[in-house]
Amino acid sequence: MATLSKPANLPPAVAARPGVRARIAYTLGNALIVTRREVRDSLRDWRIMVPIFLLTLIFPLLANAMTRLFIGFFEKNGAEPLLPSLLPLMPMIVGFFPVSISLVIALETFVGEKERLSLEPLLSTPLTNTELYLGKAFAAMLPPLMASYTGLTIYISGLVFGAQQWRPPLMLIVQIVCLTTVQALVMVTGAVVVSSQTTSTRAANLLSSFIIIPVSMLVMLESVIMVQPHQRYLLWYIVLGLLVTVVLLIRMGARIFNREELLGRSLDHISLRWAWRTFWDQVRGPVGESWTLKRWYQLSVFPAVRRLRQGMGVVLIGLVAAFIAGWIIAGSWDVPLDQFEANDATLLENLQSWFELGQSRPGLIVLAVVQNLRALILATLLAIFTFGVMSLVVTMIPFAVLGFILALVAASNLSPLPFFMAVIPHGIVEIPAIVLAGAAALRLGSVVTRPPDGLTVGEAWLRALGDTVKIGVGVVTPLILVAGILEVVVTPRVVELILTL
Amino acid sequence: MIETYELTKRFGAFLAVDRITLTVEPGTIFAILGPNGAGKTTTVRMLTSILQPTSGWARVAGYDVVQQPAQVRAMVGVLTEQHGLYERMKGIEYLDFFARVYHLPTEERLNRPRQLMEHFGLGDAYDRRLGEYSKGMKQKLALVRAMLHDPSVLLLDEPTSAMDPQSARLVRESIRALQREERTIVLTTHNLTEAQALADRIAVIRKGRIIANGTFRELSQRFVGAPLMELHLAQQLNGASAEIGQMVEVVEQGERWLRFRTPQPERDNPQVIRRLAGLGLDVVTLSEVSQTLEEIYLQIVEEDEGHEQDGNSQQAR
Repeated sequence: MATLSKPANLPPAVAARPGVRARIAYTLGNALIVTRREVRDSLRDWRIMVPIFLLTLIFPLLANAMTRLFIGFFEKNGAEPLLPSLLPLMPMIVGFFPVSISLVIALETFVGEKERLSLEPLLSTPLTNTELYLGKAFAAMLPPLMASYTGLTIYISGLVFGAQQWRPPLMLIVQIVCLTTVQALVMVTGAVVVSSQTTSTRAANLLSSFIIIPVSMLVMLESVIMVQPHQRYLLWYIVLGLLVTVVLLIRMGARIFNREELLGRSLDHISLRWAWRTFWDQVRGPVGESWTLKRWYQLSVFPAVRRLRQGMGVVLIGLVAAFIAGWIIAGSWDVPLDQFEANDATLLENLQSWFELGQSRPGLIVLAVVQNLRALILATLLAIFTFGVMSLVVTMIPFAVLGFILALVAASNLSPLPFFMAVIPHGIVEIPAIVLAGAAALRLGSVVTRPPDGLTVGEAWLRALGDTVKIGVGVVTPLILVAGILEVVVTPRVVELILTL
Repeated sequence: MIETYELTKRFGAFLAVDRITLTVEPGTIFAILGPNGAGKTTTVRMLTSILQPTSGWARVAGYDVVQQPAQVRAMVGVLTEQHGLYERMKGIEYLDFFARVYHLPTEERLNRPRQLMEHFGLGDAYDRRLGEYSKGMKQKLALVRAMLHDPSVLLLDEPTSAMDPQSARLVRESIRALQREERTIVLTTHNLTEAQALADRIAVIRKGRIIANGTFRELSQRFVGAPLMELHLAQQLNGASAEIGQMVEVVEQGERWLRFRTPQPERDNPQVIRRLAGLGLDVVTLSEVSQTLEEIYLQIVEEDEGHEQDGNSQQAR
């Protein structure tokens, strides 16, 4: 067979590529081979092309007509001042609608390929996971983004060259283009995560509501901001927030998008028994049959705490940063400190009345403990839905407030010592508890973005939940309890001592 | 060349591949047989660096499947059980895409797909969409895709299952041609006739373990017994079978024929003929009774099931 007579050579695809730039170019080159094929495939699919065509060419023209009607209606009713607030909504919609198709394409290119069993030949090629992931993500984004930009261009051209009087400000157009782009990025990167967890387009479409609903709500929020021209700078924060989300989703997608995960998953069933066993095994740890409290702490709780070292470092840095930020912000606030008439004597008086309250109501300890635990539980719950980000924010806020107050005290004629001492005795116990709980919550939220090797997202999350519960019950709650007692019983006495000196 | 040592793959608690050790030399066609779910596909996926072994190691064309996955995949051509073609693409576009993925030089990228399609009788289907291809055509195109980058190792899963006899013969000839070019070929199949016709060595996998490995003759001898010979005479046997029985194991006989087993036909057959001639009996034919791979395979699987049941009942006791 003459055609097969060539000796096998190692293709240049796997030859060593020196230099970071050359590597990036090589990776992008390979990704674009995949993109080109996928885009060509999408362009041949009438189910994708018909809506894109309608939203790109027909919808902007309709939007132009609607704009003209709006302007006429508002002018007729003497409401022209409202026009600059309301008209920007139209280009935003024109830009967003085609982008929403990126979600459909992303689901199709990932799950569709799994469903049609065409993935394995592709996975058998020398393309790396990153190249495949990027190639498919680009392919999902390019047609809708191009459609979106074209639609916007047609709409704006209609405004510029048409009879309408309204000309959108350049910055507004830039903002809409940026928002459209990052929303497409969020939807595609989210779709990768969704599609990796399913085996059918049907299931992926159902799960995609987890993406489309928040994004739709976000668009509503953007609309509310958009109608208030002076608040439009806030849209940049949304762009920033979405970019952070994209980074987290890319991290998660790149981790999940691996050959083993893509081929290994074959069922979409819920196994509560498995979930409970995974969680409970993690809570128990490797203590075996002979469970004792000592063994549990030695073999399960303390190793879990050690695993959180990195997270604790992050939380600690966050708390210090929040304290410094609070301190700095206090400097920029115009607080009339000269009118602040407190002195050590009035502070002592207030404190002593508080002692009487504390002595008569030991329930204050319970109150302090419950308050702290409630805040930490809230941080943990928020962490689950925000990749861990909100756990960090919630734990940082009190430290920012503390920094703020201490900065004010330092700027006043009061001695800062009693204020420091109002924190330190119980803070010695409470702060480590907060750092530990914050780190556990951070891990619980962020583990889905990068599950450890060999674990699925679900398994990694259940294990992180097991660790969180274990650390919460075994370490954080006892520390918060001790801190509560110290806060009510010891700290005020220490402050009293300082004030009476 | 393919080498594996104690190659193991677990999915959670499920042991899919259990300590497989094998060597496939260049120029060898190695067939992997086994019931559904035995671990054949998982083994092939590990050999293409799609799945990572839980333990053990494997080297394909000199590259480690864990440490050098891109190199392994560049050297391997895979025909998967599900061909999974892109139905909206034309045949030539499909191959062009893979040629780009494998970074074939431009001239080769333009010529080789057409040459291979021509070779496999797809010359008139270059510009047809794959959705319009018949099942057999799709299988041939998938095979062309596997050969496109001229791999030194080919892993072929059921290469002729959907083909008409003529096409299947063409594919078998192509596989033999690749063998002559010193390619390493692994065939996973349920078509035992094809495996018998093509394979130099055969491994049977059951529940993730290799339960038998060898040439057809070795397996036949080990699991079915020594080669079975059939002898036809011009005259009646009368008492000759007792004489012959002193030399070889006579298993069956009729008036003018008998069947015997011998581990060494080259040594024993001439002696049998000489003895019969000495007894005044004329030998009309002496030939080996052909055993099929199917018989051997079923014997291997049944024996293993028997061992398993024995093990289970001993454990129960």
